Amino acid sequence: MELHAHIPSGPLAQKWDTHRLASGLISPANRRKFKIIVVGTGLAGASAAATLAEQGYQVTALCIQDSPRRAHSISAQGGINAAKNYQNDGDSVLRLFQDTIKGGDFRAREANVYRLAQISNGIIDQCVAQGVPFAREYGGTLANRSFGGALVSRTFYARGQTGQQLLLAAYGALSRQIKAGRVTMLPRREMLELVVINGCARGIVTRNLINGDLENHPADAVILATGGYGNAYFLSTNAMSSNATAIMRAWKAGAGFANPCFVQIHPTCIPAQGHHQSKLTLMSESLRNDGRVWIPKIFGDRRDPAAIPENERDYYLEEKYPRFGNLVPRDVASRNAKKQCDAGRGVGETGMAVYLDFCAAIERDGEAVILRKYGNLFKMYEKITACDPLQVPMLIAPAVHYTMGGLWVDYNLMTTIPGLFAIGECNFSDHGANRLGASALMQGLADGYFIIGTSIAHYLSSTSLDYVTPQHVGFLEAQKNAYDRTQRLLRNNSRITGKKATVTTMHRELGNLLWNHCGMSRNRAGLEQALAKIPVLREAFWDQVCVPGTGHELNQSLERAGRVVDFIECAGIMLRDALAREESCGCHLREESQTEEQEAKRDDDRYSHVSVWEYRGDEEQPMLHKEALSFENINPSQRSYT
Amino acid sequence: MKTINLTLQIWRQKNKDAPGDFETFTLNNISTAMSFLEMLDLLNENLTLQGQEPVAFDHDCREGVCGMCGAMVNGIAHGPEPETTLCQLHMRHFQSGDTLVIEPFRSRAFPIKRDLVIDRSALDRIIQAGGYISVNTGGAPEAGTIPIPAKTAELAMDAAACIGCGACVASCPSGAAMLFTGAKISQLSRLPQGQPERKERALAMVQAMDREGFGNCSNERECEAVCPKAISIRHVARMNREYLLASFFGE
Repeated sequence: MELHAHIPSGPLAQKWDTHRLASGLISPANRRKFKIIVVGTGLAGASAAATLAEQGYQVTALCIQDSPRRAHSISAQGGINAAKNYQNDGDSVLRLFQDTIKGGDFRAREANVYRLAQISNGIIDQCVAQGVPFAREYGGTLANRSFGGALVSRTFYARGQTGQQLLLAAYGALSRQIKAGRVTMLPRREMLELVVINGCARGIVTRNLINGDLENHPADAVILATGGYGNAYFLSTNAMSSNATAIMRAWKAGAGFANPCFVQIHPTCIPAQGHHQSKLTLMSESLRNDGRVWIPKIFGDRRDPAAIPENERDYYLEEKYPRFGNLVPRDVASRNAKKQCDAGRGVGETGMAVYLDFCAAIERDGEAVILRKYGNLFKMYEKITACDPLQVPMLIAPAVHYTMGGLWVDYNLMTTIPGLFAIGECNFSDHGANRLGASALMQGLADGYFIIGTSIAHYLSSTSLDYVTPQHVGFLEAQKNAYDRTQRLLRNNSRITGKKATVTTMHRELGNLLWNHCGMSRNRAGLEQALAKIPVLREAFWDQVCVPGTGHELNQSLERAGRVVDFIECAGIMLRDALAREESCGCHLREESQTEEQEAKRDDDRYSHVSVWEYRGDEEQPMLHKEALSFENINPSQRSYT
Repeated sequence: MKTINLTLQIWRQKNKDAPGDFETFTLNNISTAMSFLEMLDLLNENLTLQGQEPVAFDHDCREGVCGMCGAMVNGIAHGPEPETTLCQLHMRHFQSGDTLVIEPFRSRAFPIKRDLVIDRSALDRIIQAGGYISVNTGGAPEAGTIPIPAKTAELAMDAAACIGCGACVASCPSGAAMLFTGAKISQLSRLPQGQPERKERALAMVQAMDREGFGNCSNERECEAVCPKAISIRHVARMNREYLLASFFGE
């Protein structure tokens, strides 16, 4: 596997212009001769499909839900960053670039991140023109807030539903192209195979989730916009159908998987209420601006929080990090919360949560002020837990939220398979080892609206492709693989082995394994132990799992089973990657790599690279390749919060 | 942890052409901390282990914003709690011994695909008819050049909060999709960006709504009562006004 990032030469600020000038074009009249497949209709997928169709390509877009409007980008609450500097507080493209690179703990490419910062402003223009009802000041200008510890106010927002509004706008743009006949929209489809012919991605095989039909879709280029793999942990803030199947299929077909162990764990989620918990809900981390995190000082103190006097409360973040207190970065807050819970000092029914207390803020500012800031969040919390945060402290717990790792892509967002592109969360490109708040929406839309068009034109103008039909042997083979896999899932060996388990049980077991050994804090022994359990788990899956029904109908058990098989495989690569990276960086602490104050210690001498994993067959171990990272415009500094 | 026992009568239908009927299940030890969908998960786990086919239902974000989930619970879309999607409805709102009748959202325009899973693509086609502002990528003016009063943005946001779940249609005695359509027309007609296509949009979206077989509003306000996002029926009035203006004064 050769990794050519294709970073344009020249000064950082001119790279994107240089690149666009050097990229090939397809004349407007010729574009309709090319067919592009876009898998997924979240911010990245919907914006890419709409934009490519506007440019004149024939686009087929597919999504797993019943409508393209439901992709999980819709759940993003906080906002979207841009370097507009409307607040005149010193923001600039260069500052957004620096913040993003630093936030990612110097594990992302300078050129990609700079381009992202440059494009950010155009995204806001585009979204406003589409009618996104961003928050406004009384004078009618756009409002901004500071987010995720940024020292400037650069985040644009639409109440707590920014993701929803941006997605519905992209969905509107997509709908317009569907109406115009330039996009064929196929909902309720799941990609089961990538078809590679003569070394180039030439289409996909999907399962129609309503009738089970396996369908062949030939194309000239394939764009994956299938999101992250956070659901490998079973419990995460991802939607229920978010999965890693498309990534794994691409990986097996020859695409590199970059930094699979880089997973962001969000500190302020509503804790699991019990064994039945199916997913976790995130609460905006802005809550930590006014809430104080604590646990009882006395081990095993089960008293009502109100009955615990001030001097018996352990405000562990304020104590340990006096400079930042409750506003330490996401990873530090998450890690410390889990540490307390693992030590048996957690609170709540399951003992897996800590308190977030607004008592002091209410006393200082009054209920009205606090409600004005967090009213919608308090309401959401109360709806789920039946507790009023004005009366009793919130229970919060960390949860898997975002995967910075993903398919390796070059500057064109093309994977190591020519003609296969990856955009949005499913690529690894811009967030390094940690993503800043309000940057996911920015990246998804930058990729889809403003970058992929250049890449597609360049690829198609510089590649000669034969015409392929759905009956091409490459498609027939891929379809047979998909069919065989489905049949294997339906075989139900549990009838023979006598041991029965549901898909959910197996998934939960995998999730626990990853959460305990490949979460925010990792060590060699734990990772090795977990890695050794993966084959055991896989075997148990095939021996025990029950999948009722057939492949020729709407069968949600079958869908889930297929995804969990892929999560098990994905987990194997995540663990290997975590083992290989013997440094603490970004979201995770590698316990063997700590400072004297027991804080994360990055190791630039040995790990200033992107780790890219190559598939070499089911019986072989995947192979690690490294793309070295160099920093010419910003000096890698170590983080310090103590 | 408190638990309850329930009797569930759930609509089962193999596919869109098969006849359907209610099937009765007894489900015990339901934690009151569960969401309604987690209760269905529990039922499905049990059914799977017993070798029976689980109940098919749509769901995705489980945070009340994707709009994918939804069912009639004892005749009420998304169940008894106001401003709550099915995924955000928790079992503590039910008593042990209750019988819950669970049916798919019913409408002429929403064919049943299986059990509680329906086809709401008619709503997508209404949006395709004009529920957007026609602006190609790259053709946008600088965002700051379009000032919008804060109040206007807020009112537009109230309408834009619609999640497209279809509860309004399922609850309407006439099977109207006017709250859904009105919300989008209202959002875009309030904003300066939406003015150039204002008339065409209202005409096209209303025509699409009729074409899909949705009914007409009879002012019963059932839609507003079940809307998980509290979209006001005023948007229906606004849609009617937009449509009338466009019909009389359109080109």
